[in-house]
Amino acid sequence: MDAQPVLEVVGAQLRFAGDTALADVDFRMFPGEVHSLMGENGAGKSTLIKAITGAIRLDAGTISVDGTAVSFATPAAAQRAGIRTVYQEIDLLPNLSVAENIMLGREPRRLGFIDWRATRAAAREAMRQVGLELDPDSLLSSHSLAVQQLVAIARAVSTELRILILDEPTSSLDQDEVAELFGVIRDLKSRGVAILFVSHFLEQVYEICDRVTVLRNGSMVGEYLTTELLRIDLVQKMLGRDISELELESHSTAPLPESDHGVVLSAVEVSRAHRIEPTSVELHAGEVLGLAGLLGSGRTELARILSGVDPTETGRISYEGTQRHFAEPREALAVGVAYSSENRKVEGIIAELSVRENILLALQAEQGWVRRIARRRQDELTASWIEALDIRPANPEHPAGLLSGGNQQKVMLARLLAVAPRVLVLDEPTRGIDVGAKIEVQRVISDLAATGMSVVFISAELEEVLRVSDRILVLRDRRAVAELDPETLTVDMLLAIVAKADTDE
Amino acid sequence: MSALTPATETRFSSLRKLIQRRVSWLPVGAAVLILVLMFAAGQSYFGRFLTPRLLSSLLVDNAYLIVLAAGMTFVILTGGIDLSVGAVMAFTGMLAAKLLSTGVPTAVVIPLMVVSGAVFGLIIGVLVNYFDVQPFIASLAGMFLARGLCFVVSLEAIQVKDTTVLGLQSVKLGTFEWYITPTGIIALLVIAVAAWVLGYTRFGRTVYAIGGNEQSARLMGLPVARTKVLVYVISGVCAGIAGLLFTAYTAAGYSLNGIGTELDTIASVVIGGTLLAGGSGYVIGSLIGVLVYGVIKVSITFLGADSSWTRITIGILLLVFVVVQRVLVARGSRR
Repeated sequence: MDAQPVLEVVGAQLRFAGDTALADVDFRMFPGEVHSLMGENGAGKSTLIKAITGAIRLDAGTISVDGTAVSFATPAAAQRAGIRTVYQEIDLLPNLSVAENIMLGREPRRLGFIDWRATRAAAREAMRQVGLELDPDSLLSSHSLAVQQLVAIARAVSTELRILILDEPTSSLDQDEVAELFGVIRDLKSRGVAILFVSHFLEQVYEICDRVTVLRNGSMVGEYLTTELLRIDLVQKMLGRDISELELESHSTAPLPESDHGVVLSAVEVSRAHRIEPTSVELHAGEVLGLAGLLGSGRTELARILSGVDPTETGRISYEGTQRHFAEPREALAVGVAYSSENRKVEGIIAELSVRENILLALQAEQGWVRRIARRRQDELTASWIEALDIRPANPEHPAGLLSGGNQQKVMLARLLAVAPRVLVLDEPTRGIDVGAKIEVQRVISDLAATGMSVVFISAELEEVLRVSDRILVLRDRRAVAELDPETLTVDMLLAIVAKADTDE
Repeated sequence: MSALTPATETRFSSLRKLIQRRVSWLPVGAAVLILVLMFAAGQSYFGRFLTPRLLSSLLVDNAYLIVLAAGMTFVILTGGIDLSVGAVMAFTGMLAAKLLSTGVPTAVVIPLMVVSGAVFGLIIGVLVNYFDVQPFIASLAGMFLARGLCFVVSLEAIQVKDTTVLGLQSVKLGTFEWYITPTGIIALLVIAVAAWVLGYTRFGRTVYAIGGNEQSARLMGLPVARTKVLVYVISGVCAGIAGLLFTAYTAAGYSLNGIGTELDTIASVVIGGTLLAGGSGYVIGSLIGVLVYGVIKVSITFLGADSSWTRITIGILLLVFVVVQRVLVARGSRR
């Protein structure tokens, strides 16, 4: 395409507290094109987006819109230039109505006062453009995340939209919702909007994007057309290492000693109303049990019951042959069942505390707060976990909230592992982290299982479930529908089982 | 995915839709219910309780508190708090009494009261917004400053003899039974303007947006900084107006006036259904909250009980409301 780029960034440079966040990055977007920004966590994607949207200022380099150099002091300034962003964690206002969330700050006015009737009409029109038909007066918080996301896009569409930035828009959507979103993206594209689509899902990038810019460690690797770039090459460029390293050694298939095959955790007919139908599952020592299923299939609900986060309403759970009733996670933890939430921002990492404090949190809690772990011991433990899981930056006193998503996930893992659990339940431990970190987390899981720990592993990516698990339990419509051996499966076969509609049975 | 299809979205029954739309009015409804129950209880216990005179005096006697509550509502809606209002009200009253006693014309004094209230609000707002000081601390500093300045003006009470100011309270419009004073009219006017501003201006909607999520509001390109300063200025202006009403009510400026009034104000706003965390609430609710407070005060007087029971009752009511709010919020976020 020889058209003039609608957005052009040249020689972007930025340093944060001595660290280089962006080093001489060029980036351009064309009207009517979907562009993807790819890179590992910490590659500089978010920093670049923030610079484009006026949330931060560059130390050096120029940003131009339609060939005119601009300098956005605030997000509002960028928005006036037609640049709109829909963030991963939807940045709308749950306490206000749908109409207001779309029109806030631009409500039609009559004699200086908001004309609510016109506001609602404008909101309806914006929603129609993204295929939504909601009651404009309904509260935003009464709608699902997927709908809220479309409301956010409707907000963007209702303006003079030149450039739409979608930051990880699909991470909490299921397949149908993604398809719906892609329909909206294609429609916007045909109207000449330049779209920046940031996602960790390679398939989605290849499905929707025309052009990719790859960043690594704050530097520019290159700009490519998706049609001309093989997937494997893309991954290689993002990671900057030889692809063979990516191939995880197939999980330990060496037979474990017979004694290690004992049933560690057994759940019989556990259920919660409207969440998961009665389900039975056994977990053996040294085994990775994968839970495969779509969002809402009951995979998270089952994991929460197994790990004692939510009590079961029926059936029973036995741990090493003894029946247990976990009333709260602490009791489960006490017998060696540890749980890592899919919602690591809300339920996991304490951003203000250092990496060391985050790692030692569970261990210290288990010991009781009176018996303080000696500082020397703390430092030793932290250092060993940082090394074992390759947490970066390798600084125990770094505030955990400033780490990248992948590294935060590793800190969470370290915290759970520090209490030496027998059973580890990991709900989407690799969500929202980059490919390299994913592979590392997968490797850690395999290593743990090899030492005799039992792991329950949930991931939205079937390929990953297939790669990591020794056994796969497929959930669909809140019930377990199949138990499979990954050795005999391909991703397509697993997908078929996961997605099969009830009527086919 | 069914959630995206219009069919399911419009299938809500109209009742559910109504509740869904008006859920933020529920706490206000609860306050109205409490007010009605208190009237009913008072009427059945005391006999002649619910009289036009009582209703009239309820408004007139609490006019200053209504004005303060209107201003406080703006601040609390953004998730902030303003502890300075009682002291600022006392200071503006003090200043007015002093100036009037030295012969400064009323037409100068009254605007000056409002402006000095606004200045206090501006200082607090700037501290909160640009120096990132906790609203609690910033307004506490404002409170001490205003209270200290009261003593600078005079240690003694200064009587006000200005007929215009006194007339605000003493002129009774209406019948002997149903009456209203200019102070009452001013209070209702402030409520009406505040409700209008919150509901029908971009500034007002930005106030709600900031209370919902400040970060989101900023990313949406809303003028967060300006709005956050302005809510404290509004609260200060209201404190200035309240100073005028209170001076008219007590016919004197006194440096110990209005101690603890900021807490009565906050209690009234919360009882009126405004979420302390911000983002949800209505000025009308705050008016109801003040009336509930007023009825409690009157009932305690009727009972002849010690006035400390007013505080105890308010305390209990506040506790109940805050717990109810928590439950509502927890319910909302579980969705």
